[in-house]
Amino acid sequence: MMVTQRSSDEWDRPAPVAGSYAFVVGDDPEDPGSLLEVSMGPQHPSTHGVFRMDVVLDGETVVKLKPVFGYLHRNHEKIAENISYLGSMPYTDRLDYFCSLTNNWAYALAVEKLAGISVPERAEYLRVILSELTRLQNHVCLAGFLAQDMGASGTPLMYGFREREKILDLFESLTGARMMCNYMRFGGCRCDTPPGWLDEARAVVDSFPRFLHEFENLLSSNEILMSRTQGIGVLGKDLAVGAGITGPCLRAAGVDYDIRKVDGYGIYPRFQFRVPLGEHGDTYDRYMMRILEMHESLGILKQALDGIPEGPIIDPKAKLRGFRPKAGESYGRIEAPKGELGFYLISDGSPSPYRYRVRPPSLVNLTVLEDLCVGHNVADTVIILGSIDIVLGEVDR
Amino acid sequence: MFQAIDQIFVNLLRGFLGHLPEPIRPWAGLVISLGAILGTFGLLFGLTTVCERKAIARMQNRLGPNRVGPYGFLQFIADGIKSLTKEDIVPRSADKVVHFIAPLALLVPVVLTYLVLPFGRNMVVLDLDAGLLFYFAAGASTELAVFMAGWSSRNKYSLLGAMRAIAQMLSYELPFILSTIGVVMVTGSLSTVRIVEAQGPGDGWLAHWNVFTPWGFAAFFLFLIAAFAEANRSPFDLPEGESEIVAGYFLEYSGFKFALFFMAEYLGMFSSSALAVTLFLGGWTAPVSFLGFVPSWLWFFLKLGVLMALFIWVRGTTPRLRMDQLMDFAWKFMLPLALFLIPVVVLWDRVGRGWVGWVLCGPIVAAAYVWLGRALVGRRRIQLRTYRYASG
Repeated sequence: MMVTQRSSDEWDRPAPVAGSYAFVVGDDPEDPGSLLEVSMGPQHPSTHGVFRMDVVLDGETVVKLKPVFGYLHRNHEKIAENISYLGSMPYTDRLDYFCSLTNNWAYALAVEKLAGISVPERAEYLRVILSELTRLQNHVCLAGFLAQDMGASGTPLMYGFREREKILDLFESLTGARMMCNYMRFGGCRCDTPPGWLDEARAVVDSFPRFLHEFENLLSSNEILMSRTQGIGVLGKDLAVGAGITGPCLRAAGVDYDIRKVDGYGIYPRFQFRVPLGEHGDTYDRYMMRILEMHESLGILKQALDGIPEGPIIDPKAKLRGFRPKAGESYGRIEAPKGELGFYLISDGSPSPYRYRVRPPSLVNLTVLEDLCVGHNVADTVIILGSIDIVLGEVDR
Repeated sequence: MFQAIDQIFVNLLRGFLGHLPEPIRPWAGLVISLGAILGTFGLLFGLTTVCERKAIARMQNRLGPNRVGPYGFLQFIADGIKSLTKEDIVPRSADKVVHFIAPLALLVPVVLTYLVLPFGRNMVVLDLDAGLLFYFAAGASTELAVFMAGWSSRNKYSLLGAMRAIAQMLSYELPFILSTIGVVMVTGSLSTVRIVEAQGPGDGWLAHWNVFTPWGFAAFFLFLIAAFAEANRSPFDLPEGESEIVAGYFLEYSGFKFALFFMAEYLGMFSSSALAVTLFLGGWTAPVSFLGFVPSWLWFFLKLGVLMALFIWVRGTTPRLRMDQLMDFAWKFMLPLALFLIPVVVLWDRVGRGWVGWVLCGPIVAAAYVWLGRALVGRRRIQLRTYRYASG
């Protein structure tokens, strides 16, 4: 944060450049200096990474808010255009580093579409299992972080992290890594499950509802949480659709749009699950969407763990080395925990994509931040940001 | 024998003062008492920080500090050494004089409040006739120091924190003071020692603690909630609000000045808990007369410990309120209820303080609580929601 006050002589901020992020505050000649510009971030405990919000405050009410991001830009897309198709699979782990497996899947899906590769049954089941486990751990952490932003001193977060650890242990024993899994391949998955893995997964899934029930009892009907979140940061249906918001944020606004249902990618049409919808589109609805989706994910996991067949884990015809899809383009998208995650690829027949583009849900969902925050308090800004659920690795790429 | 243990500290001090020349005795007594208070509560502060970290860690499935000393209980010494040796950074644009004075101006009034608290039988530094008034006067001046800290730091978060702190502490000062009026009315004295003595078992076997009356019960919780807010503790930790305004008014403090802020917060918490014990939980008196052999100071610190455990427990479990909700709660719930309790105390006194009082006053207090609470929740317009699912 810039430690400066407008009236000070020691005010040594460079003069604002036209079009730069610096706001000119207190320009109103009748009421000079009544507004306060605060730069929240990039080092701030609750911006969920190196993210900055240029906030103009009237007292504590937000008048203007500008999200500033790009601090974590790593040139992901350009790098991917200069290496082989498979080479960027580990890089996709680092997009939304909470959900590396869904990132893998979205990228694999795009390439499979591009090259027309089929995926064996067992791999499809594994993908569903892993992505729903990812959704569970993402949502449970989100709820924890949201309560943390509300000042609950970390207790709900630690409860969430305890469950996340169990899921990460599963990931570790299957893929060798807890967060940067790098597990999926074009036409399947990298390796088969170790012996007993499915039983371990089943145990985790079976014990999860008990935790979720307790978690929900403690939080969802908590009076402070309800009064802090209900009616705060209302995202209307029209704005949500117009801004391209996806995922739980969109469904909280009452729009029935779940890519698992819409596209039916993978083998999702085989599973019975419901899509919860919000009504008010406020922070509480966004929070509850995650909780309800966890219940549905558990249902999918149960069905998938029961139905998973034996068989090959990867399409034997899929080439790992010297992979050159023929010229064309494809867009593969999945319902990542945070929303629609899409990869757009153009191939010119060479070993690396001609164009590689990520559609990150975090970034698109972040674009409405100002609309949600204006008129609310600083304290609300933080929880609205928390309820949007961003990961800066994905926003900045 | 029990008498000797009970009065051991008093007699030690008296014996020591007997060796000193007559004119300096009162001053020496004051200095020694103050030193003892600072030593005791300083140590208690250190232990409480460790206990708090360990308790909250347990609530969060963690272990907490466990490296320094047995079970990590010497962690506070390491922390103290660390904060003493850390570089003290003063922001370039800060108002350096005020920035330097603020932590001291916060700590001194907090320590002053200890002068009128009775820690045991005959264990009070100054038995002022207007002890309670002195307590509130000294305690209220901490607010200035908080604002000094926030203003002089020249940091916007600090300024926001200071603004919040001033608004919050002034608002909660009212129910904080008003909730004690009933005790003063019933006792007929502002002296903390007299208030404690009036709550003793007397001739009967059961103590007459103020918390065991309908109005006292309500006033105790009002007082406790206001004490949470005065101490800036969760769920009223808005002035610090680390997830919103980073650390609030002491954001720009480092090293030992930061430690002073931390210490002042804890000493303030001890002192308001001690006042709650004094006013409502019978101070150093035993709950029942046959437990009177336990030293009075032990009772006092036991009760203090229970209240501290409550502080820690609440901190580990509640989210934070928003500023407007906080103000709403103070002005539209706590203040009316505290005012309402005053006529109830009169009624309680007129009908003879017995079971008749319970029958009459109990429902009145409960009704007021329910009515004000309903109105408060109604204004917030919160509801449990049910969700629909997409068809198909």
